[in-house]
Amino acid sequence: MYRLAAAVLASASLAAFAAAESELSVVIENHKFAPERIEVPAGKKVKLTIDNRDATPEEFESNEMRIEKVIPGKSKGVVWLGPLKAGEYKFFGEYHEKTAQGVVVAK
Amino acid sequence: MFGTALIVFRETLEAALIVGIVAAATRGIPGRFRWIASGIGAGILGSLLVAAGAGALSQLAQGMGQELFNASILGVAVAMLAWHNIWMSVHGRELAANANRIGGDIRTGAKEMSVLLVVIAIAVLREGSETVLFLYGVAISGNESSAPMVAGGAIGLAGGVAVGWLLFKGLLRIPLRWFFSATSFLVLLLAAGMASQAARFLIQADKIPSLAAPLWDTSWLVSNSSLVGKALQGIVGYDAQPAGMQMAFFVAVLAAIVAGMAWARRRAEPQAPAHTAPNPT
Repeated sequence: MYRLAAAVLASASLAAFAAAESELSVVIENHKFAPERIEVPAGKKVKLTIDNRDATPEEFESNEMRIEKVIPGKSKGVVWLGPLKAGEYKFFGEYHEKTAQGVVVAK
Repeated sequence: MFGTALIVFRETLEAALIVGIVAAATRGIPGRFRWIASGIGAGILGSLLVAAGAGALSQLAQGMGQELFNASILGVAVAMLAWHNIWMSVHGRELAANANRIGGDIRTGAKEMSVLLVVIAIAVLREGSETVLFLYGVAISGNESSAPMVAGGAIGLAGGVAVGWLLFKGLLRIPLRWFFSATSFLVLLLAAGMASQAARFLIQADKIPSLAAPLWDTSWLVSNSSLVGKALQGIVGYDAQPAGMQMAFFVAVLAAIVAGMAWARRRAEPQAPAHTAPNPT
């Protein structure tokens, strides 16, 4: 009985953990992403919030993930990623491609 | 300055290619250049409005306003291009016959052109609003003084327009016999490609499933960040790593338009049995 309860609890907390994990965020500051490397669970849809703290707009773009979204200055935007197979997926800020580079790692 | 020129060129390219195709496809319709110019004008005006309202637009629909807006205007463009091709499948032959004469039916021509005005306005608006936002960013960041920025923007714009112009001129060199078949085919691909891009935005907004993503990967051959990739994306909606759903949209729209064209042609034929009719193409 205890074992069952423990198992239920464990799976519930795992589920909660998974739910928490599938909502991630990244900050844009000085035309750079922080973090530049974002780990996500493979095979799942992930909600990524992009917080642009610069005054200038940025276009969050990824060819590999088929994403293209303008984030106006001093505002947040949300994109849905995946479900992604395990692997690395580059993304960049189209308006400041030299500095704004990052990678999503699906595991 | 070079960076500004390159980005503006990339954004202008797609719109310019679409305008080039439409300009060629409407050969023989009276007053078409005025319509095309109005479409471009409306698109530029729309770009400024969309860029100004980008913040508000993003907040709509639980943060998915931008995706839904893009998908909707692409949907409208697909419908207009479909209408154009179905209309052309009946009228293309008359236009080919009249192409070297002044005249033609001004009223049907106007209806056709008002439909394509919308397509041009949408193409310009989509790429234009991104360009406006980018230039706004450059302007307020103060890293670049305004003179090189304006110069860069102008160079990029001129480059994009030049490519569209070359495509237009190139298409006009196709012999009249094949001309409308060729432009119809291009418009067909354009519409199907836009449908695929609309699907991409709907997937991004989590409104439809992606189905087998990516379906294939040709980024080693033509990447979407390359200029060739950008041009192909503008014309056929090319994605190096497309989602299965994008292909489903592409094929469905392609099939629907081809069916519509066949239906319109059958309806326009006189009662004579179609299979014995001489085929002028």
